[in-house]
Amino acid sequence: MADIVVKTEDVVKEYRMGSNILRALDGINIEIERGEYISLMGPSGSGKSTLFNMIGALDQPTEGQVYIDGQNMSQLSQRQIAAFRCHRVGYIFQSYNLLPVRSAHGNVTLPLIFAGMPEKQRNERAEKLLDMVGLGDRMYHLPDELSGGQCQRVAIARALANDPSIILADEPTANLDTITGREIIDLIKRLNREQGVTVISATHDLKMLDVSDRIVDIRDGLVERVRNRDEIEIEVGDVGGEHDGDAGAHD
Amino acid sequence: MQQRAPIEEQIDLPFVESLRISFQSLKIRFGRSIITTAGITLGIAFLVSVWTNNEIGLALQESGRQSTINTFEDTTETGISTKDIWLIIMSLIVCVVGIANSMLMAVTERFREIGTMKCLGALDGFVVRLFLLESGFQGFSGALIGALIGTLGAVLLGLKDYGLDLFFYFPLLPAQPEDGTMRLGVIVIILLGCILGMILAVIGSSFPAWRAAKLPPAEAMRTEV
Ligand SMILES: Nc1ncnc2c1ncn2[C@@H]1O[C@H](COP(=O)(O)OP(=O)(O)OP(=O)(O)O)[C@@H](O)[C@H]1O
Ligand SMILES: [Mg+2]
Repeated sequence: MADIVVKTEDVVKEYRMGSNILRALDGINIEIERGEYISLMGPSGSGKSTLFNMIGALDQPTEGQVYIDGQNMSQLSQRQIAAFRCHRVGYIFQSYNLLPVRSAHGNVTLPLIFAGMPEKQRNERAEKLLDMVGLGDRMYHLPDELSGGQCQRVAIARALANDPSIILADEPTANLDTITGREIIDLIKRLNREQGVTVISATHDLKMLDVSDRIVDIRDGLVERVRNRDEIEIEVGDVGGEHDGDAGAHD
Repeated sequence: MQQRAPIEEQIDLPFVESLRISFQSLKIRFGRSIITTAGITLGIAFLVSVWTNNEIGLALQESGRQSTINTFEDTTETGISTKDIWLIIMSLIVCVVGIANSMLMAVTERFREIGTMKCLGALDGFVVRLFLLESGFQGFSGALIGALIGTLGAVLLGLKDYGLDLFFYFPLLPAQPEDGTMRLGVIVIILLGCILGMILAVIGSSFPAWRAAKLPPAEAMRTEV
C-alpha cells in the first residue's frame, strides 16, 4: 500500500492586488509517496513556488486542504506549525536564504536551537552535517565569504538538521553554474536514496529530470500532467542528445 | 525513520539563547548597528542639549546673573520663553521621528531574515523578543551616549554665555524655586533622555518586527529592500 506523505486537495491560492485577483493555483490535486523524488516543472509564473509555499506551510491556501503525514495543515495551532517547520520539513531556496550574521555552522545550529537540542550535541551535529555536504573546512565562515555552491550546501545541511521527512527545494540550482548545479542535485539525490527523504523540488533545470521519480508539470496553476520515471528516461536521452550529446550516450 | 506521530507543539527557548543570538547579531552587524545606534544618539543628544541649555539659562537667570549675550525679552511668568518651549517641542519631535525611522529601516532590512527564522521553526514571540533585546540594548547605549554628549554641549554653550559662574549655579539636582515652578535638574534630564531613547528604540523596532513575524514566512521573505 502506498504511503502518502503529502496530499493536496483542490488547493487554490489567490493573490489580491488592489481590485485584481490573481489565481496562482487553480485547484491542485497531487499525492506524493514517502521516499519519492518529485520535480515540479513549468514555465515561469505557473505557480511552482506558490505550491511549494502551500506544501511547506509557508503560506495558507485560499481554498482547499494540504495534508502532511495524514495531518490537515489548516487545523494546526501556531505552535504546531512552528514545530512542523522545525522538525518535518527542510527548505532549500534558490537564493539560499542563509542568515547573513551567522556562520555556516551557526546557520546549521539554528534549527537545532529551535528544537531545544543541548549545545554540545548540536555543535557536533552541525559539524557532522557540514562535513557530509563537503564543507568541513569552511564551517566558521560567514555566508558572504562562501561561493554560491557552498552557500547552497550550507542550506542543505541546515535543511537536514532535524532529520526532516520532506525536503522542499525551490529551484535550488537556478543561481548556480552547470557543474555546481549538478553537484547540488547529486547531493540531494544521494540524501533521497540513502536516507529515504522525500524530495519535492520546483525546477526549470533539465538536469533534474533524470534523478526524479516523477515529474509534475504545472501550467497556469493546474497540474497539466504527471510523468513517471520510465517516460522520463526516454526524454532525458533526447534532451541530452540535443544539448551536448554526453548524457544521451548510453542507449 | 519517520513515523506518523501527531505534530508536537513548538517549545519556548530559554532566555539565554535569545540573549546570545541577539548579541551575536549586533556584534556581526557591528557597522550597521552603530549607524542605527548613532541615529538614537543624535536624537537624544539634540533633545537633551536643548533641554539642559534651557535649565541652565533658567537657573542662572534666577540667580540674578544675566547672560552676557542672551537677553530674555519675551520671558513668560515661569521664566521659560515661548521660543524655548518651541525649541524643546521641536527637538522632541525630531528625536521621536529620527529614532522611529532609523529603527524601522533597520527592521525592514531584515524581513527576509525574519521569514527565514520562521522557516526554521521560530515562534513569532521569539522573533519579537530578539528585536526587543537588540533594540533595548541599542536604545539604552545610544541614548546614554546621546544624553552625555547633549549635556556636554549644553555645558560648553553655558560656559560661553555665563563663564565660570555656570558651575556655581549649575542645576544638577531637581529644585523648586520660589515662583512655584519645577526645575528638573540635569541628572533627571539625562535619565529621562535615556528612558525616552530606549522606549522609542524598543517600540520603533519591536512593532515592525511583530508585524513581520505575523506575516506568513513566504510573504516576509518576498520583501526586497
Ligand atoms: N505574493 C504575491 N503577490 C501577488 N502575486 C503573486 C505573489 N506570489 C506569486 N504571485 C503570482 O502568482 C503567479 C505564480 O507565481 P509563482 O512564484 O508561484 O511562479 P513560479 O512557477 O514559481 O515561477 P518562477 O519559475 O518564475 O519561479 C505569478 O503570476 C506571480 O506573479
Ligand atoms: Mg518560483
